[in-house]
Amino acid sequence: MAEQKIVATTGNSLVAEAFRQCAPDVVPAYPITPQTTIVEEFAKFVAQGRVHTEYVTVESEHSAMSAAVGASAAGARVMTATSSQGLAYMWEELHIAAGLRLPIVMANANRALAAPINIHCDHSDIMGARDTGWIIYFAETAQEAYDNTLMAIRVAENPQVMLPVMTTLDGFITTHSIDRAQLMDDETVKAFVGEYHPENALLDTDHPVSHGNFAGLGGTYFEFKQAERTAIDRSLGVIKSVGAEWSAVSGRPFDVVEGWGMEDAEIAIVVIGSTAGNVRHIARELRAQGVKAGVLKIRVFRPFPFVDIAEALKGVKAVAVLDRAESFGAEGGPLFLEVRSALYDCTTRPAMVNYIYGLGGADVKLELIRRVYSDLADIAGGVAEPSGLVYLGTR
Amino acid sequence: MPTIKELAACEDRLAGGHRLCAGCGASIAARQVLLAAGDNAVVTGCATGCLEVSTTIYPYSSWKTPFIHNAFANAAATVSGVEAAFKGLKAAGKIPADKKIKFVAFGGDGGTYDIGLQSLSGAMERGHDMVYVCYDNGAYMNTGIQRSSATPFGAWATTAEVGKAQQGKEQRRKDLTSIIAAHGVPYAAQASISHWRDLTNKAEKAFNVEGPAFLNILATCPRGWRTAPDQTISITKLAVQTGFWPLFEVEDGVWRQTVKVPNRKPIEEFLKPQGRFKHLFKPENAELLASVQAEVDRYWNYIERRCAE
Repeated sequence: MAEQKIVATTGNSLVAEAFRQCAPDVVPAYPITPQTTIVEEFAKFVAQGRVHTEYVTVESEHSAMSAAVGASAAGARVMTATSSQGLAYMWEELHIAAGLRLPIVMANANRALAAPINIHCDHSDIMGARDTGWIIYFAETAQEAYDNTLMAIRVAENPQVMLPVMTTLDGFITTHSIDRAQLMDDETVKAFVGEYHPENALLDTDHPVSHGNFAGLGGTYFEFKQAERTAIDRSLGVIKSVGAEWSAVSGRPFDVVEGWGMEDAEIAIVVIGSTAGNVRHIARELRAQGVKAGVLKIRVFRPFPFVDIAEALKGVKAVAVLDRAESFGAEGGPLFLEVRSALYDCTTRPAMVNYIYGLGGADVKLELIRRVYSDLADIAGGVAEPSGLVYLGTR
Repeated sequence: MPTIKELAACEDRLAGGHRLCAGCGASIAARQVLLAAGDNAVVTGCATGCLEVSTTIYPYSSWKTPFIHNAFANAAATVSGVEAAFKGLKAAGKIPADKKIKFVAFGGDGGTYDIGLQSLSGAMERGHDMVYVCYDNGAYMNTGIQRSSATPFGAWATTAEVGKAQQGKEQRRKDLTSIIAAHGVPYAAQASISHWRDLTNKAEKAFNVEGPAFLNILATCPRGWRTAPDQTISITKLAVQTGFWPLFEVEDGVWRQTVKVPNRKPIEEFLKPQGRFKHLFKPENAELLASVQAEVDRYWNYIERRCAE
């Protein structure tokens, strides 16, 4: 385990630091709240001459991801960041980055989507991007945001993967709050992330290649998409092995799903992002009262770790899934749909409830989490039936 | 300045065998521009459109340069990224400091005047060392002749129809070359595939300046213009001779007409051979035809004034 410096700083600051330590060749940047401080801090590194990066201050998020695609196809290591409307504005480019198999790493500050306009945290933006072919990490803390970014570049550039990766952190909660974290020294990170050796680079002018050809005749488009699916499925193993490697270096455990109290849990909450801390706090309180409460935090959302989730939840009597995004007209939020699907093949299935919470930065008070566990206890004890979709904490 | 013999001896960087229509002006524009790059290594980007679709049908490619197509709106932003990567990799010592590459992006008028304008403006403002080439055929030809902001006043298009209540496009053409020149780029020019020497001179200048350069090249679309394939060059020549398409350049802020047209032909000579202007020659549209001439005169006078400054 390498020695680390304990710092008090924000998630965005740590992401900018992780970017600097990865030494990207190109960072296209466009400001959007609450991502902006990442690209601002990175601009300082550029001005101070602490990175060799070509910093491209583009005129929109669409161009940010377009330039990222161009630079990555050219053979550069490319990183950028966005949030909310910006991520939505990138949408067609997200598909192209993945379809061209470009290992771009992007941080997303999870934020609500208009209308009505709102700058605060929820997962509407990232859930809209969940099927674009990107690998997606979630962070509970600033520390995780930092660790995820460093692991992401290794996963993205793995020859078995070659897919873009999004490392997400919750807007203002994780991006802007001061948190305690351990910062690795530059040399250790440099050794961990390694150098990127691109194949089929546009700048290798002696060996011309074409990127983004028309595959509309002869049906090859279908096969390209199948190859993309194979790659993202294969990435799960790479994510785990890179995670194990980073664990050994950092001393911090990593898994695609992380359970707390799950060994003998009778009731459990499935959660992603910063709310996991609140949920764990209440579960700890309940454990002290003898309630067999567990927490399952999902750290990697794409590829969705179906098997790990089914394994963790199969013995539980009642499960609540907390969704910080809507899937209008669907049978629950996006996380709920996937978790329930993960459990469908299990011989014994827990009762399941879905709670939509915290949209647009609505408070996630501890008593709300307490209420969820109390509902679960009633269902597990046979006192209540699972209700339909619950909007948690609306006035 | 190479002679036509010397140019003809150069290797074409856009190979034959692509699927562009017979008589397509886009491939002529692309070949003339690339010839002007001389022996330099070139990386090419392309917006979605005829030129891209017809030259890159997987697993084939007509491009003898490294090539990237990203999407419709962003050829300029994509090539910005490629050029930035070149600088970034040089700064990191991963590419030799003395390596030289020219960067060029091609887009049609839809991908340049309309959906790609923001991306183009951004790239020009940031000063990337690249040449952006618009092959202007005056409509969304790839999707089937819908009007663009480059479509001339009075032209028929499938979204600017001709009927009892409307006689083709009701708005004037956007003057994109002036818009890009207003960015203060080191080089911007308007050229035509009919004037190969003027065009290759301009392309050579565009490649040689440090920073962004813009070429707006009139390129016939026989399908959309409703002309015969063998009229491709003669029709663009008429565009120049009638003053519809003034040939000029803006070099470090200095405007100059590169081909003088002392006796401009009436605009009818450019319009008459094209099916897309057929309705203008109906007796009841005589006034409209006069308006088309007036619009051509207005633009011509504007360019002459700018060049006399």
